[in-house]
Amino acid sequence: MSQLIKGKQIAHDEWTRVIPPSFGDEPVRKQAGKVVMFKLHGEETFTQKQIDATLIPAGKVLIPLAVWLAKKESLAQRLAAGEIGIVLQTHEPIEQLVEAFENLNSLPVIAVYVQIFADGRNFTLGNLLRTRYGFKNELRAVGDIMRDQLFFLQRSGFDSYLIKDGRNAEEAIASLNDFTQPYQGASNDVPVWRRLDRSQL
Amino acid sequence: MYKYDKIDQQLVNERVAQYRDQTRRYLAGELTEEEFRPIRLQNGLYIQRLAPMLRIAVPYGLLSSKQLHKLGDIAKKYDKDYGHFSTRQNLQLNWPKLEDVPDILEELATVEMHAIQTSGNCIRNITTDQFAGVAPDELFDPRAMAEIIRQWSTFHPEFALLPRKFKIAVSGTKDDRAVVQMHDIGMEFFKNENEELRIKVWVGGGLGRTPILGTVIHESLEWQHALSYCEAIIRIYNIHGRRDNSYKARIKILVKAIGIEAFKAQVEAEWAHLKDGPLTITQAEFDRVSTYFEPMPYETLPANEASFDLHLASNPAFAAWVKRCVHAHKIPGYRALTLSLKTHGEAPGDATSAQMHVVADLADAYSFGELRVSHEQNLILADVKLSDLFSVWEKARAAGLATPNIGLLTDIICCPGGDFCSLANAKSIPIAQSIQAQFDDLDYLHDIGDIEINISGCMNACGHHHVGHIGILGVDKGDTEWYQVSIGGKQGNDASLGNVIGPSFSADEMPSVVQKLIDVYVQERTPEERFIDTVRRIGMDPFKNHVYAENTEVSA
Ligand code: SF4
Repeated sequence: MSQLIKGKQIAHDEWTRVIPPSFGDEPVRKQAGKVVMFKLHGEETFTQKQIDATLIPAGKVLIPLAVWLAKKESLAQRLAAGEIGIVLQTHEPIEQLVEAFENLNSLPVIAVYVQIFADGRNFTLGNLLRTRYGFKNELRAVGDIMRDQLFFLQRSGFDSYLIKDGRNAEEAIASLNDFTQPYQGASNDVPVWRRLDRSQL
Repeated sequence: MYKYDKIDQQLVNERVAQYRDQTRRYLAGELTEEEFRPIRLQNGLYIQRLAPMLRIAVPYGLLSSKQLHKLGDIAKKYDKDYGHFSTRQNLQLNWPKLEDVPDILEELATVEMHAIQTSGNCIRNITTDQFAGVAPDELFDPRAMAEIIRQWSTFHPEFALLPRKFKIAVSGTKDDRAVVQMHDIGMEFFKNENEELRIKVWVGGGLGRTPILGTVIHESLEWQHALSYCEAIIRIYNIHGRRDNSYKARIKILVKAIGIEAFKAQVEAEWAHLKDGPLTITQAEFDRVSTYFEPMPYETLPANEASFDLHLASNPAFAAWVKRCVHAHKIPGYRALTLSLKTHGEAPGDATSAQMHVVADLADAYSFGELRVSHEQNLILADVKLSDLFSVWEKARAAGLATPNIGLLTDIICCPGGDFCSLANAKSIPIAQSIQAQFDDLDYLHDIGDIEINISGCMNACGHHHVGHIGILGVDKGDTEWYQVSIGGKQGNDASLGNVIGPSFSADEMPSVVQKLIDVYVQERTPEERFIDTVRRIGMDPFKNHVYAENTEVSA
């Protein structure tokens, strides 16, 4: 079982993540971001068939952005009831997410999904959600997440982390404190030279 | 040079603890091979052909004697008594044990050193001119800015896992020695007509499989925005750079694919949000860091020195060394000098522990206890009095560090290649050695004059073969090792990429191929021409024709 870290402790996960069913077809690949040069080499995305076949259970659900865009009329009520969170994949343009909601803060949770550890786009996406788009609610890292990203994720605006299955989440919490005084600013911090007077050290 | 305060020291200490735990988890099977890979790479640890390789950061090539002593000790204790200075101004150990790395890092931390981000897909060591601060043609000493950029890039949370490695170089001279056009971001500092400090920013340069020189993205950036502008560039790259194919993942591919205008438009749009924000470098921070790079306490000396002139006139060996290895200095009576790590027959860039201690002692005795590593893989004493040069030379010579070949044919830039590197197609060190053996006559070398030979064992181009006047690249052809030769590459302001002369050669043929190229040059040159000038003037054909003339054996 994946375990959730929230606010520097293990927390119960109230949210059910909805994953479109797989039909074993060749995956559809979509190019990252706005740059349309790399179509052929793009990344896996959901097919219309998958989206259509996605069942959304009752209760609080985290659904892929593509599913939300396809079914938003039928889900409007549930959004208003605070039962909808969105999962953004790292290759999806953040503008698409921002434009899809009148008020981004109507989402209690935004989760950013990485397929592999080495994909560092989630850091930029988290930063932008916090600093540019003013998202204030829970920002969750999901996918191939383990303790070795936590410090960076935290500094990029994330405040909850779904540690992948088979990893010790209790121990992972310690990594949120790996460094006491980082050099850089962060989504909620300034560079060290603005944080304190280094000429006095 | 920069000295750690509490903040820097704490960060490096915390890093040691973090990496120690990561190593422990890997050895305990809690991290898979694949998961540990990006983690160890961010810490400079490669798993090589024969053993791990650990790359230790030498920020912008600056070392204290204390640090070099420590490196000598570490090479002795954890390695085979030597280290390799790389073309990125770092030091590589070729035989450390994976389990020992946390201890090595702990020892490094005691002398304000580390291996953070010396590899992996992140912002790498910042590089600059090895004569920064002492060069007479310098407009701006770039070291304080290099340090500010170093701190900003160290554990940058947003850029920890980029599509590919990212290299930044800074320079502050008219005559670029930091090869800024060869970097993902190159920053050339200059003063505008109002004496204000500005930066010409280049983006998207790089060698490797697709060699491209950088393009100017900003002609005249105010220095205060150096960090925010870099942040905008790298943010665009982090989101849009390709991640599906590591050969196409460098920023140069992105810039080329969408074009510099479109890329610049995206960067400028992003920068509009960041400009004048917290990343704006304050005068106070710039001044604080600059205090570490104040001029050395130089003596007031006459421009000439009688005993030096006497040695020069009476000792041809000393004179030859001065001619090649001693460089101008902005302060009268001082010189910078290069200690050659290109002794004929030794692997280029290698230094034994004993040599490291000798150099550290020389730095203490004659050069304010500091030294530099050049991207040509030599060591530099930057502040030596004219009157001390002869003594330094005698001591350096006794330690095998005074080969008077700097800038000459045998001062070969060479990657570790197939002897060590698991990515290699072919060995590179033996090629360097066989060329050095072919050209062992110093008078002849001086007659040939300035020339750069660069050797890489594969397309990754760690030996920067594309910008060598003669570039040699190991290529893959079944079981045997073959070498492709190019000519006409050059670093510097008028940088160019070399052109391949034709079908590749076996290792045995290489010394004679270089010999033939040199023969054409010697025959065709005008009195003032260097090899590269002749190539540029007469073109490739005469060289090609001569090299391939009788050579019917060459395979395709
Ligand atoms: S150029 Fe290739 S062979 Fe040489 S060090 Fe780099 S990766 Fe290894």
